[in-house]
Amino acid sequence: MGHGGGGVLSAELVEHLFAPAFGSEVLAELGDSATVTLGGARLAFSTDSFVVRPLFFPGGSIGDLAVNGTVNDLAMVGARPAYLSCGFILEEGVELSVVGRVAEALGAAAKEAGVTVATGDTKVVDAGHGDGIFINTAGIGLIPEGVDIRPQRAAPGDVVIASGAIGVHGVAIMSVREGLEFGVEIESDTAALSGLVESMLGATRDLHVLRDPTRGGVATTLNEIASASGVGIRVNERNLPVPDAVANACAFLGLDPLYVANEGKLIAFVPPEHADAVLAAMRAHPHGKEAVAIGTCTTEHPGMVVADTGLGGSRVVDVPLGEQLPRIC
Amino acid sequence: MSRPDRRPATAAGEDAARERRHVAVRGAVQGVGFRPFVYTLASELGLTGHVINTPEGVVAEVEGPRGAVASFCGRLVSEAPPLAVVESAEHHGVPTRGGTGFTIRSSEGGSGRTLVSPDVATCDDCLAELGDPRDRRYRHPFITCTHCGPRFTVVTGLPYDRARTTMARFPMCGACAHEYEDPADRRFHAQPIACHDCGPRLTLVRGAGDPGPLTGEDALAEARRLLADGAVVAVKGLGGHHLACDASDPAAVRALRKRKNRGDKPFAVMTGSFETVERLTHVGPRERELLLGRRRPVVLLRRRESSGPSPVAEAVAPGSPDLGVLMPYTPLHHLLLGLPGDPEGPPVLVMTSGNRSGEPIVTDDEEALTRLEGLADAWLTHDRPIHVPCDDSVVRVCDGEELPVRRSRGYAPFPVALPAPVEAALAVGGDLKNTFCVAEGRYAWLSAHVGDMDDLATLRAFETATGHLGELTAVAPRLLVADRHPGYRSGQWAHREAGPRPVRTVQHHHAHVASTMAEHGLDGSSPVIGIAFDGTGYGDDGAVWGGEVLLADYDGFRRFAHLAYVPLPGGDAAVRNPYRMALSHLRAAELPWAQDLPCTAACTPGERRLLARQLERNLNCVPTSSMGRLFDAVSSLAGVCHRVDYEAQAAMELENAALGHLGEAGADGGGGYRFPLRPARGTGAGLEADAGPVLAAAVEDLRSGAGAGTVAARFHLGVAALVREVCAAARQRTGLRTVALTGGVFCNAVLTSACADGLREDGFTVLRHRRVPPNDGGLALGQLMVGARAAAA
Ligand SMILES: [Fe+3]
Ligand SMILES: [Mg+2]
Ligand SMILES: [Zn+2]
Ligand SMILES: [Zn+2]
Repeated sequence: MGHGGGGVLSAELVEHLFAPAFGSEVLAELGDSATVTLGGARLAFSTDSFVVRPLFFPGGSIGDLAVNGTVNDLAMVGARPAYLSCGFILEEGVELSVVGRVAEALGAAAKEAGVTVATGDTKVVDAGHGDGIFINTAGIGLIPEGVDIRPQRAAPGDVVIASGAIGVHGVAIMSVREGLEFGVEIESDTAALSGLVESMLGATRDLHVLRDPTRGGVATTLNEIASASGVGIRVNERNLPVPDAVANACAFLGLDPLYVANEGKLIAFVPPEHADAVLAAMRAHPHGKEAVAIGTCTTEHPGMVVADTGLGGSRVVDVPLGEQLPRIC
Repeated sequence: MSRPDRRPATAAGEDAARERRHVAVRGAVQGVGFRPFVYTLASELGLTGHVINTPEGVVAEVEGPRGAVASFCGRLVSEAPPLAVVESAEHHGVPTRGGTGFTIRSSEGGSGRTLVSPDVATCDDCLAELGDPRDRRYRHPFITCTHCGPRFTVVTGLPYDRARTTMARFPMCGACAHEYEDPADRRFHAQPIACHDCGPRLTLVRGAGDPGPLTGEDALAEARRLLADGAVVAVKGLGGHHLACDASDPAAVRALRKRKNRGDKPFAVMTGSFETVERLTHVGPRERELLLGRRRPVVLLRRRESSGPSPVAEAVAPGSPDLGVLMPYTPLHHLLLGLPGDPEGPPVLVMTSGNRSGEPIVTDDEEALTRLEGLADAWLTHDRPIHVPCDDSVVRVCDGEELPVRRSRGYAPFPVALPAPVEAALAVGGDLKNTFCVAEGRYAWLSAHVGDMDDLATLRAFETATGHLGELTAVAPRLLVADRHPGYRSGQWAHREAGPRPVRTVQHHHAHVASTMAEHGLDGSSPVIGIAFDGTGYGDDGAVWGGEVLLADYDGFRRFAHLAYVPLPGGDAAVRNPYRMALSHLRAAELPWAQDLPCTAACTPGERRLLARQLERNLNCVPTSSMGRLFDAVSSLAGVCHRVDYEAQAAMELENAALGHLGEAGADGGGGYRFPLRPARGTGAGLEADAGPVLAAAVEDLRSGAGAGTVAARFHLGVAALVREVCAAARQRTGLRTVALTGGVFCNAVLTSACADGLREDGFTVLRHRRVPPNDGGLALGQLMVGARAAAA
């Protein structure tokens, strides 16, 4: 369980097991998307597998996630997504109508994101060997001239921007899966972010880093960027866009919203001189209406993420370790 | 004499009756008036020679009649100054040189080890001079002598000499230099010596609209006036800044509480009047010694029922049975509280460490202005820098014995002698109330209190402090020791810093037990029955341990028994909200969440539904055997405390509730609640103690109209009975008869006392903490013994 959580264990699997085994330099960069050159064109290339439970949740389904996840991985290197592949692994006994609904959702999401599903595959595994439906998607997209977006480019002074509310998706999934009622309906906000990224690139091509803070949440994303670039990241906890319902649910369950998974959101690292323009461009886009600067990069505490608590304190935010163990004695 | 002296009685023979010996004294002998003492002793015995501070300690050469030299060597140890700790005094003969007089030579540089004394409270002689209008240091806020004053917090390097203190920037005036060089003077080689002419200066900086800083007496007078007016004044002390206000002024205390975001956590108070302390609290002889001694910790004292107006407002320590009291320990404190004849000021001041909640104490002047902005109305500061932070120590007295709660100023960096040698090592301690420990051979130096490691500022303070203590002790750690908790920042730091050096990890409760063994000088040749009760410690099975009975020595431990696991719903959320633990325990005991129970009523129906679901689905629910959490659960169940503002609040309030009900709850009242012991289920341990029947009995008591006090008392007695029973079982199986009581739960005096009494009655030897805290502030010592000794083996 711990190995898929996006925390320390996942990183270890990739770093120590897959990367050396595959011997691939591209994989060794450990981005969500690979950047490859083919016939003179710079392409972004990415794949992702979806093992979400439940298949349908408030605000979306596994079909939406399968498209948006891969599309967003491509968008996070500044690419305009073009083609997707799609592999279904069905557990024997899953209802055809369910598969149909998922496929429809997937098609609709692809259309919305402006990508074409160019190839696909279906396998069936014995009952008990799967969990209803697993989906794998892969995608390619073209990276525009002059765009170089990767975690290593985070630089001191960069403004860190969140495209909207955080923690919503994780809490929505959890409330459905665990049958928890928090009093208010929390809807997941899975979305394709390629359009938003295109608007941002319209403001400046010099975006330094883009990341969608999915598994492991904003905390994990920021830590990855801090260690890849060697900058320190200072987050202003009071500016974090955490909706009250999410904050209450997290407080109740003993979770930190910074570690909760997101969909349809991105974190951008932007040079300070372009921050206002990028923020304005984001706010003009439906998926970035609530964009807000949440922090800055600094030369202090290199490689570390620190949250200003708003009371003069500064809490170190590190990578989650599978489960959130209490530290209080 | 068995052998006749055959030497001829010539002039040369007279020389032969003289000798010269080289004496090397190691230990805490610098900055404690040791060289002056050597000088005085040598002079008294008519010896010539010299004394010098070297990196290895104090070295003397003395020459004179054999008998006098022998007497010198003996009295050097037996009459050493009160603050000195002589680790060893070795001497050997050297060729005689003649000469007259005795000199104290300037220090030699180079590497080596010597020990620095902790900071010492102002002595009576200095205090008399402070209040004497004829003395040239009348009202000098930095008066000090070889018997008192700052040490640890001003030393920048060794050997301890003025040049290597924060006083280096104050050149001595002629008069001070004269005293400094006069062997007959009390200030002979007193490194922090100063006076009005050459010493540091007070400044008062006021907040917005400051008409300009005041200095000297004006600064002091205005600070006192502001305090009397209800202001909060930041006061620069020895190891950091305090925030002070008039303890009798409810508005001032509430304002400070609000600004510090302090919740209900009690504030410590300072008063110069011992009579006032006695009027407010019950003071035993040991407490009196601690209050008036040279270490001057905050002493936790049981309050007296107050009648009439009190110099301590309710808001100072709301709902607390204890009052933390400390007496002035710097000349500035004495002046701030007022000397005889001064205009009257508040007789009791709140004195709380100058920091925001959770951050380390502020030491730097600039930082004091920025980080304490909005907390203080004015800053009473001075230009002597604080080199290392050092918070006030906190102690309580249990059965006439000192029970350290926080070991810091006045204690650090006093070494703890180890019962067995260790490799040069650094044990990084835990993540809460962090202290760390460097050690080599048979000595361990525990750091001052560092703080909670969540905070970046604390992490930095930790780093600086490890560097400073390493420098003062000249220990170059060859290995590091840390807790096994994978998320502890102290442990992560150790792994980062280790480089090629090994990092050993030690299970949390094993470290607690080893720490008790170490401070009692056990060499580890025989295991002990370790009762380690605390809030949270990472267990070897990934669960949260905290109600542990370990059969342990330094090499390892066997988990003999533990509290049966219950879910800790939502980690820290369960810690902050004891009612969640109460409901979790009730559910584990299959007792309904009945509406008439205070813990059920403490949360909304919606919350209860969610909590039920969370427990059912095991969502973010780590299993725990924590005794601290069981205290929380019972505290909420009995209606004492449902939500905590500070650590262990629910348990402390439960202890308070039990006071006065222990007798009535004893044999006549049905005695303590019984915890059945049964074979442990799937944890590999021997036995587990089931809290279910305890909960059931408490519910029954509440339903039959018993008050919270009775429930609290019966619970305390029940835990003590459990300890007795489990120790008896352990003795039966192993023959062991020594019990170590450790872990934060044993800061509870009622429980500690009840456990110790019962166990002694049963013929056990009981070890409890006297030098290091039972809580995580004492963890590093145990880590060290387990980690560094194991490595040596
Ligand atoms: Fe502990
Ligand atoms: Mg992905
Ligand atoms: Zn003195
Ligand atoms: Zn002077």
